[in-house]
Amino acid sequence: MSTPARTSRRSGIRGGEAASGWLFTAPMIILLGMFLVIPVLMALWVSFSDWNGRGSPFSASVSFVGFDNYSALVGGGGLAEQDFGTALRNNAWYVILVVPIQTMLSLFLAVLVNRQILRGRGFFRTAFYFPSVTSSVAITVLWLFLFSASGAVNKLLAFVGVNGPNWFNDPSGVLHNLLGVFGVTTGPAALTGNTFLGISFWEWLAGPSVAMSAFILMAVFTTSGTFMLLFIAALQNLSGDVVEAAMMDGANGWQRFWRVTLPQLRPTLFTVLTLGLIGAWQVFDQIYTGTQGGPGKTTLTPAYLSYQAAFTNQAWGQGAAIAFILFVIIVVFTLFQRFLLAERKVSARRMRLYVQTPTAGGSK
Amino acid sequence: MQRRNSRWLIGAGLTVVGALTLSACGSGSGFSSDTADSGGELTSDSSQGLSILIGSSGDAETASVNVAVAAWSKDSGTDAEVSVASDLNQQLAQGFAAQKPADVFYLSTDALAGYASNGSLLAYGDQLANKDDFYPSLVSSFTYDGKFYCAPKDFSTLQLIINTDLWAAAGLTDADIPTTWDELATVSKTLTTGTQVGLAVGGEYARLGAFMAEAGGSLMNEDSTEATANSAENVAGLEYAQSLLNDGVMAYASDIGAGWGGEAFGKQLSAMTIEGNWITGAMKNDFPDVNYTVAELPAGPEGQGTLQFTNCWGIAADSPNQAAALDLVEQLTSKDAQLTFSADFGPMPSIQSAADDWKSANPTLVPFLDGADYAKGVPNVQGAADVVSDLNAQLESLKTGDAQAILDSTQKNLEALLK
Repeated sequence: MSTPARTSRRSGIRGGEAASGWLFTAPMIILLGMFLVIPVLMALWVSFSDWNGRGSPFSASVSFVGFDNYSALVGGGGLAEQDFGTALRNNAWYVILVVPIQTMLSLFLAVLVNRQILRGRGFFRTAFYFPSVTSSVAITVLWLFLFSASGAVNKLLAFVGVNGPNWFNDPSGVLHNLLGVFGVTTGPAALTGNTFLGISFWEWLAGPSVAMSAFILMAVFTTSGTFMLLFIAALQNLSGDVVEAAMMDGANGWQRFWRVTLPQLRPTLFTVLTLGLIGAWQVFDQIYTGTQGGPGKTTLTPAYLSYQAAFTNQAWGQGAAIAFILFVIIVVFTLFQRFLLAERKVSARRMRLYVQTPTAGGSK
Repeated sequence: MQRRNSRWLIGAGLTVVGALTLSACGSGSGFSSDTADSGGELTSDSSQGLSILIGSSGDAETASVNVAVAAWSKDSGTDAEVSVASDLNQQLAQGFAAQKPADVFYLSTDALAGYASNGSLLAYGDQLANKDDFYPSLVSSFTYDGKFYCAPKDFSTLQLIINTDLWAAAGLTDADIPTTWDELATVSKTLTTGTQVGLAVGGEYARLGAFMAEAGGSLMNEDSTEATANSAENVAGLEYAQSLLNDGVMAYASDIGAGWGGEAFGKQLSAMTIEGNWITGAMKNDFPDVNYTVAELPAGPEGQGTLQFTNCWGIAADSPNQAAALDLVEQLTSKDAQLTFSADFGPMPSIQSAADDWKSANPTLVPFLDGADYAKGVPNVQGAADVVSDLNAQLESLKTGDAQAILDSTQKNLEALLK
């Protein structure tokens, strides 16, 4: 972009454009600044201060404490660190299970209801999308009923001879329970003896608790409808000729999906995974309305812990610090995911599938 | 490209500065925060009405408080408005942060230390005309750093609730009402059948702590200056509860499909439970057909013990009319007002002079009030709520856990708060 071009544009007949551009965007910039940028910056300051919740965080009595709030969380050795570690552990399991499952399920549903041959497509689309438009609070309440000790889910399980757990009151980890079936109830000393963020590696590997599993099911149930919609939109934008070409080349349905359709869905896949990751790391309302972190702190999540630290324990700096650590985690995960899904040159090994060498072409 | 970036930065910078200026204008006195001196004169800007923020248990309580406040407002000529909080802690925190808090509000024991230490609360306790009438243990619950902060609103204690029909069906009589741990274990066993467990409790410190109190222990000493969580007494209390759990004669309410002890008891999943006097409302509304009686908890090796729970009337340090607020609180904690509250929605009066009237009005609930003599408060040091919730998390697996190890970790966490 050369300087003369710019100058001429400014002084010329279009000189007022930049000014009017700013003018038209100003209301939104001011609104976003007031209600988003400023509060975020204030929270950042609070996370580095000893503000105790009274009066302005910028008053003279509030002082800068450096990384005190952060170090209490990641190396304080006290209850704050232990709670934060527990919350991260719980949420990590939630993310690990929710994000892949909801992405696969929503893609599966989208492919399913996108088929021309399916009767009553409209009905199925509505039905699958329905949970997404219902408020998460309402669904949580419904879930508490469904998964209570004598609820519908356990009745159903009893019908097939399974004695269902007391879902929302069972703090035991699913992986630990699985290991317990094989008689492993305590981990090796290497796992139980060493800790990270105040909880032992054995506890990190406990898996989601039974209570958290119910929340995981709920998240998958409520969000896959939304993401299904994104996938349907993407699927309908794909032109049919590429698939037809693949068909002519003799690719079967499975190959067409994996080698032709899925690569073309990459931008949507990125959107869905990113939104899924962010949503899953920020899980709050289900916890707030449902279990409040119980049983045994196994549904405690960083977002809820941040709220609790600030509003009930008056540890405002710590609450803000948790929020910013969570922010960093989400950004790192998103970047990592973008790196994984980035367009790359086709590897030499893969290339062989596409390049027709005379011999390979002849042997088909 | 470089240019465009720097322009964008300038734009964003201007926005930030502009918005900061705007928000600074809005916050008014925010930059010159002045801490009200709690020992000095009360503010008395009589042009200001009072706002009262309550965390109500239901319509009965809201209506009752409204009537009492309206009566005071009429007598004193000061406007007063009651609002019901949907989330009391959050709304209080917002009010304090904005320096526009409600003048008078409900305050729980575990929130006291946080607000007291940051100067949000007026320590008016010593200026109350009826100061000496409050139960001493309640006063110590609301004493922080040597200052009596706020007037106890009312209180509750835990006692043993017994289903009289199931009791009689098991062939038990009044003479069998347990007075010792051994007797409790025996009747629990008698009452445990295929369809019901003898005793159901909530699996948390706020219920199991009664066993610790009976054994002579408590999480902290009386004035919350020393942690005593892993004392031999506390261990003995928890181990007794553990033995009942392992014998199958006691169960956590959540393990038998109930939300709390009262629900387990009302649904007749258990023949006995340990709850406070709030259970009477639940029984009347949800389980009117269940007949029950209230007995004092059996004595442990160190005599009788129970836990007490209480709230107080907080007054904001930033209130422009503290004098009127104090007058209102004196009115709301007076004998007549508290007895009316009690009749309307069930809590026990926090003043000793109302005890006899309350007992004669509620002959079946006398054990609850008798508990005031030996009840222990829950810790009110800042951060104690966190430690207790951690303890609760561990108590959920008490059945297979190690009482000493659980209490050791609580001791460590409490000691960390006192540093």
